[in-house]
Amino acid sequence: MSDKIHIKMTVNGKPEEFLAEPRELLIYTLRERLNITGPHIGCETSHCGACTVTIGGKSVKACTMFVAQADGADITTIEGIGGPDDLHPLQTAFKEHHGLQCGYCTPGMITRAAALLEENPNPTEEEIRFGMAGNLCRCTGYQNIVKSILAAAAEINASKEAAQ
Amino acid sequence: MIPAAFDYHRPTDMAGVIALLQEHGDDARVMAGGHSLIPMMKLRMADVPHLIDLQSVSGLGGISIGSENIRIGAMVTQTDIIADDALAKGAPILREAALQIADPQVRNMGTVGGNVANGDPGNDMPGLMQCLDATFSLIGPDGVRDVPARDFYEAAYMTARTDEEVLTAVTIPLPAGGYAYEKQKRKIGDYATAAAAVQIVRDGNICTAASIAMTNLSDTPIYSEAAGAALVGTSVDDAALAAAADAMQGDIDPSEDNRGPVAFKKHVAGVIVRRAITRAWSRA
Repeated sequence: MSDKIHIKMTVNGKPEEFLAEPRELLIYTLRERLNITGPHIGCETSHCGACTVTIGGKSVKACTMFVAQADGADITTIEGIGGPDDLHPLQTAFKEHHGLQCGYCTPGMITRAAALLEENPNPTEEEIRFGMAGNLCRCTGYQNIVKSILAAAAEINASKEAAQ
Repeated sequence: MIPAAFDYHRPTDMAGVIALLQEHGDDARVMAGGHSLIPMMKLRMADVPHLIDLQSVSGLGGISIGSENIRIGAMVTQTDIIADDALAKGAPILREAALQIADPQVRNMGTVGGNVANGDPGNDMPGLMQCLDATFSLIGPDGVRDVPARDFYEAAYMTARTDEEVLTAVTIPLPAGGYAYEKQKRKIGDYATAAAAVQIVRDGNICTAASIAMTNLSDTPIYSEAAGAALVGTSVDDAALAAAADAMQGDIDPSEDNRGPVAFKKHVAGVIVRRAITRAWSRA
């Protein structure tokens, strides 16, 4: 058993500080230590993307990062993207366009899609499919997920234009 | 999945890394993005009592393009490779290959240095670097040395790098002519069933130089000198394609796994190498 180390991180804007074994996987830190249960454990082998979070603006699979690596990191999960009272346009679009069925992959899907729209605010359908390739959905066949992201992009761009 | 316990180190300079490697010998491993090593640790196929995270070590990033060479720091990610427009102009095969590696999240973490140093026959960058005749820079207690990519790989996960050395950069001579990275895989994120990297130089209708390397068809990447030689002096017609594919078959040694039996892999290798040569020739 190795010694616990002192970890500091920011999760959804909130500073967190704790002792942890370095081998703890970030997804367990979030879910079991910090009770942030939006990011899900699907495959736990970096294939399915249900555990996707954003670290320093980049999408990362939290099942394939040790908590020690994330010491000092600024992390955003689905909880930091939007909640019941202030849905993100992606969340609204997934609801309106049936971008989910069982919902298990959805937090990872929306977290990844939010980063994708930061990288590319006007993606084509093909760019969405390529940019979402690290997230698996076993229900929808992806069609409505792509539709939802296209709709959210249009909504975000329209409100940006209106604000100018 | 819970990996075995380890001590975590995050040195800020290379002297600190080397000191840790000397202190702990083969009980220590360096980690770049971790997307090869962490899965192995989770499966307990890799036992790493001392994990040395390179994320805070300065001097391991950056892509620089000179008049003759391209230098890529070991910590450059696949996402960095894809995003660099100057690199895509200087050596477009790198972006073409990186786009076929894993998925966006994994490419955000996975590095060039980790991909080439790990020695996994399934990784795409080793074969690509052999095609491009790249050189790997290694630093250790006795200083720096350069090893050609074509001499680096000894067996699966066995390379010319010693336990006390760290791969710091890849240097590539600016490639000439047409290029193609062609990969057959079962799904996004999978390793290749077969992949081919091809650079080809054309003078009029005659091929004057060709470099071909294959991925995941042996326990090391395969630079097939004979396949390239079979194209030189030809107009890359059907007969030349067949000769190159035959020569390539003589160099690979695939084994059966869940991607298929040996005969299937040889078949796919032949299809892939023909596609890659044809596409590279059309761009030359």
